[in-house]
Amino acid sequence: MIKTDILIIGAGPTGLFTVFEAGLLKLKCHLIDALPQPGGQCSELYLKKPIYDIPGFPEILAGDLTANLLEQGKQFQPGFTLGERAETIEKQEDGSFIVTTNKGTKHHAPIIAIAGGLGSFEPRKPKLEGIEKYEDKGVAYFIKDPEVYRDKKVVIAGGGDSALDWSIFLADVASEVTLVHRRNEFRGALDSVEKVQELKVLNKINLITPAEITALHGDNHLEGVSVTKDGNTEFIEADEFIPLFGLSPKLGPIGDWGLEIEKNAIKVDTLDYQTNIPGIYAIGDVNTYEGKLKLILCGFHEATLMCQSAYKRLNPGKKFVLKYTTVSGINGFDGSRKESPKAVVKAIV
Amino acid sequence: MQDVTIHITDREGKKHTVLAPTDMAMNLMEVVRSYELAPEGTIGVCGGMAMCASCQCYILSDIEINEMEYEEDAMLAEAFNVKENSRLSCQIPITEAINGLEIELAPEV
Repeated sequence: MIKTDILIIGAGPTGLFTVFEAGLLKLKCHLIDALPQPGGQCSELYLKKPIYDIPGFPEILAGDLTANLLEQGKQFQPGFTLGERAETIEKQEDGSFIVTTNKGTKHHAPIIAIAGGLGSFEPRKPKLEGIEKYEDKGVAYFIKDPEVYRDKKVVIAGGGDSALDWSIFLADVASEVTLVHRRNEFRGALDSVEKVQELKVLNKINLITPAEITALHGDNHLEGVSVTKDGNTEFIEADEFIPLFGLSPKLGPIGDWGLEIEKNAIKVDTLDYQTNIPGIYAIGDVNTYEGKLKLILCGFHEATLMCQSAYKRLNPGKKFVLKYTTVSGINGFDGSRKESPKAVVKAIV
Repeated sequence: MQDVTIHITDREGKKHTVLAPTDMAMNLMEVVRSYELAPEGTIGVCGGMAMCASCQCYILSDIEINEMEYEEDAMLAEAFNVKENSRLSCQIPITEAINGLEIELAPEV
């Protein structure tokens, strides 16, 4: 069981900045994110795109903002559970919470901060009849362990980087790789496109374009797929089918936690961004209130106010005044100390 | 500058006629959001960068609109429910030239 003071769900910019603000109040944070890397939308959607409305940064790439936020919070030693989605929450007798992920990892904290953005990123599933029936029985939307595909007949659908990269990788693992894409052109790095063409010439990848998978076949496990090209449908034997059509964010299981939801977002009190369940806060793009603006800078503000409220909740009656980092410096949990250099006073003789 | 009129059929099939300003650098997806014609979180998820296809629409009138650029075309190649007249509404700027345009929002995925 992972124990922490504030359990943050979502490791996007708002969640990462919470680590810093909580750290100033000597509160430790742990973050859960469905993506395998921190940064949220900044890493999944706009890694290389510039942002122009972060105060003090006329222009910063989303990837660099993530890296800076990680650096800024580093001395407060946050923990991370990445690549797992927060699934269930159980309130304990003492008012604290246990949050369990889809992989069974349990986290215990008195304060929950949902900084889930637009939700957890889930794979886009093609509309094929009975596709759910074959999930984990020949159909997978992520490749967790490439060894699963060793000496198998694999069909991959999609035209982006992941479809190209996995086709290239699996060409050496699987007995047969077929890549199906709706267009002749691919939306991937030039290197990858060229490599796939090379492997096609070597008969290591069976490339079918412009075509679509139109049906799945098999009794208890996938046995084949129908591929339709120019109006003609052909059956291809397949042990595994991997549709790679990108990710789309969904509010997901958090929507069933008993929180008040409005417009696909969690309603909060703007006093401290607490939800209708005491001890659970919602900050950043995931929340809603009158006048809400989905901006990173608003998420930072909400995180700051939320941490003050969490401190009061955890330390009832204990006196505290807001401190300025320029005056007080920063004491890291790792024993580090940052402070402004002392002014040197020299007398003029 | 004058406002333009846009006819939008929402995902439930309901028709709306709305006015959109031409001087606020808006795009069609933002107009749909501003009139709340699709639930928040189901449209314009990527913010308008042709990276998610949540704002896909079908163009129903033959008014000439801006041509598709590479990123939009590539995103539509990956999207679902794509038809001949599919466009990403985030890539259609509101200009006087599209006055009277008729669109239908593609289903949510």
